[in-house]
Amino acid sequence: MVQLEVFLQTLISGILLGGLYAVIGLGMTLIMGVMKIINLAHGELMMVAMYIAFWLFSLLGVDPYVSLLVTIPALFVLGVVIQRTLISPVLKVDSILPENQVILTVGIGMILANLATMFFSSDYRSTPVSYAADAWYLSDYWRSSPIELSLSVPWTVSFGFALAITAALWGFLQHTDTGKAIRATAQDKDAALMMGINVERMTMVTFGLGAALVGAAGSLFIPMYYLYPALGGKFTLIAFVITILGGLGSTQGAIIGGIILGIFESMTATYIGMGWAPVGRFVIFVACLVFLPRGVAGLMKRS
Amino acid sequence: MALLEVVGATKVFGGLTAVDDVTFSVEPGTIGALIGPNGAGKTTLFNLINGFLPLTSGEVRFKGERIDGLRPHKVCARGLARTFQVVKPLQRMSVLDNVIASSFLRFPDRADAVRHAREILAFTNLSAVAGEISKGLPLGFRKRLEIARALATQPDLLLLDEACAGLNPTELDESIEIIRRIKDKGITILIIEHHMKVIMSISDHIVVLNYGAKIAEGTPTEVAGNPAVVEAYLGKGE
Amino acid sequence: MAQSSWFRNYKVAACVLVALAAAPLVPVLNSSYMLHVLILMLMWSVIGMSWNLLSGYCGQVSFGHAAFFGLGAYTAGILYLHGGVSGWWGLPASVIVVGLGSLVIGYICLRLRGPYFALGTLAMGEVLRVTAENMEWLTEGTMGIMIEKRTWVAKEPFYYIVLALAVGTFVIMELLVRSKWGYYFVAIREDQDAAESLGIDTTRYKTIALVISGVLTGLVGAFYTNYMGFIDPEVVFALHDISIITIMVVMVGGVATRWGPFAGALIMIVLSELIRAMPKIGTAHQTLFGVLLIVIIIYLPNGVMGDFRKVFRLVRRGAAPARAGGE
Repeated sequence: MVQLEVFLQTLISGILLGGLYAVIGLGMTLIMGVMKIINLAHGELMMVAMYIAFWLFSLLGVDPYVSLLVTIPALFVLGVVIQRTLISPVLKVDSILPENQVILTVGIGMILANLATMFFSSDYRSTPVSYAADAWYLSDYWRSSPIELSLSVPWTVSFGFALAITAALWGFLQHTDTGKAIRATAQDKDAALMMGINVERMTMVTFGLGAALVGAAGSLFIPMYYLYPALGGKFTLIAFVITILGGLGSTQGAIIGGIILGIFESMTATYIGMGWAPVGRFVIFVACLVFLPRGVAGLMKRS
Repeated sequence: MALLEVVGATKVFGGLTAVDDVTFSVEPGTIGALIGPNGAGKTTLFNLINGFLPLTSGEVRFKGERIDGLRPHKVCARGLARTFQVVKPLQRMSVLDNVIASSFLRFPDRADAVRHAREILAFTNLSAVAGEISKGLPLGFRKRLEIARALATQPDLLLLDEACAGLNPTELDESIEIIRRIKDKGITILIIEHHMKVIMSISDHIVVLNYGAKIAEGTPTEVAGNPAVVEAYLGKGE
Repeated sequence: MAQSSWFRNYKVAACVLVALAAAPLVPVLNSSYMLHVLILMLMWSVIGMSWNLLSGYCGQVSFGHAAFFGLGAYTAGILYLHGGVSGWWGLPASVIVVGLGSLVIGYICLRLRGPYFALGTLAMGEVLRVTAENMEWLTEGTMGIMIEKRTWVAKEPFYYIVLALAVGTFVIMELLVRSKWGYYFVAIREDQDAAESLGIDTTRYKTIALVISGVLTGLVGAFYTNYMGFIDPEVVFALHDISIITIMVVMVGGVATRWGPFAGALIMIVLSELIRAMPKIGTAHQTLFGVLLIVIIIYLPNGVMGDFRKVFRLVRRGAAPARAGGE
């Protein structure tokens, strides 16, 4: 019984974590799908959003969930600026290695992480929200429950926001003109151009949206996570694993990929050991590249 | 015995049958042609023959041995070379270096490879641009470079994918002349072409594809008089 | 005849070699610090040349050269720690270990193309780092491995060893680039499908490029263990400080150029030493490197050596501002 309890509790934590991962992965996959570029500064953008949320909380007492109203637009603007001033010029440069743009985003990430260290020091920061340790217990609602399970309040609230954001993104892509134009650009850039879609503008909006999504993830993670300037790299890698796992450019895939990774990491931490969670992440990554090159989305298409 | 035999070749992408049970053969020393409207599955068929794509079902035999399932470089080593419809020159290499890179297949020694590459360039009227970087060349030259590179691997069978598309009349005549010379060297050719002038003037045997399936084959005169072919090209008379 | 043309081709190389070999004899250069800087420069030149082979010539951009460096470094470290022999045995041993490791990494990553290959190699470096951190029985984990007794106190022997390594790598590169393999590597970079259809076994030649590149980088790793006397996973499997710096060295110097890795290593090492010497800017060194990287990518995409004329023109324009404006 205890074993079942541990398993279910691990599964629940995994799903909650996975929901947040999905938001990070969605931003990455959107950028990859439309622009065909890999953004290695993705985690650093999230780190920037987390600092915004952190300072809003520490200086003004703004609740992290309210800070979404700031981080989302702020990161959107940052994304647009990066795309316009740096990425767009590089896409036009002719060079031996087309991977230049990937290396460029590495440079951007290095600068963001370093600036954060200079301005905010490399100290670990946390936002001690009042509800940090609160949880809902199954036994409170179902007295005779044979097992005891709990839902952490901040994790669950963040998960709820993640769902809402995902739904909003889906609605945007499906039902607005800009959303449709973005999807068209992702499918076939040349055709979109011929249909009169302003592809240049769409790539800008896409990069902005991708940054805004990971910015939102920053606000959602900050109640539970320590913040330090170097944390970006870890989340960039997570974003990748999700994207590869889900299938490049696939939004549904990113959601499923996020959840799978969340559950897998949670399981590794419980059953193998905390230190091995990153290894598990890479094992999934490599296994995907080798056995499932088109990700979960490819698998769904095949059947 | 036929040099190339394609037996019941079928390729399905998702739910779409791109090549549908196609059977034909190419006799040694001849020029065969694959024609058909856009999207008829001609280039896909080439990709199946040279091993870029796996067959869904069917067989490809070359010199009597099965070559389906082999990787493209193995197919090439057995003497079956191809060109690409969308030319793929090694952009930052000179024309000569492009051809040297494929000469190495038969001439492992560098000096021999260079000598052979120069011969091929002379044969394809490219000597004048040997030192040019291939990226900036006009299309006519790039199309011929594509042929030169394939020839440098000393094939017995050469697959030409629209080697004449987009050429001006002078370049066209030059390319037809080169294709004839290749045939005279004893190299068998299978060509995809839209240009009816080219097809009718050089080919010995024509295979017509439409929607992935073979709808006719025969000599140029036979094919030109075939009502199914006329219909495929011009649509149903209304 | 052949002799003299050989000499003409390699006059620059011969001059550089003589200058480098004589460097420790020059009093100004013969300080422990200057030799250390030169050793670092030569180490990065070798890593840069080997990256250049795989990524610059063969077009398979690696974001994980730390994997090879770290494997080499740990081969030497583990031999010393558990085998009880001199860390220098790590050099020959690393050829085998890193060679086999490269085959495995190649098997996994080389089926991927372009940016996905880059990510695959990046993951390899990280997997090895985390593995080294967790396999404490073998690697001492995050504690690292310390070689208590360094072979020499003076820097000269280390300098000549790494110089020999650099010269050897340079010669290997020259021979390779002009051979059939060199042509095949560049053909694969320019168009993999065309190369494959022209009879080039792309998988095989990509693997060859990767193994040579990996082994040479691994040798530097093994040398590093002996030279520095201390390694830990964070240092030798570092994503930024090894893998990314490797890319920067070659990009700054010039991708797919003979002297690019040397020029890049020189510029990068001098820059980082200068930055370190200035305490106020020192903390911003990542920012400065990042800015440098971005500027190079946008304005000198072929590096200092590849865009030699462009650099020259910029310098001249700076000297004669009256003529600015015209291109």
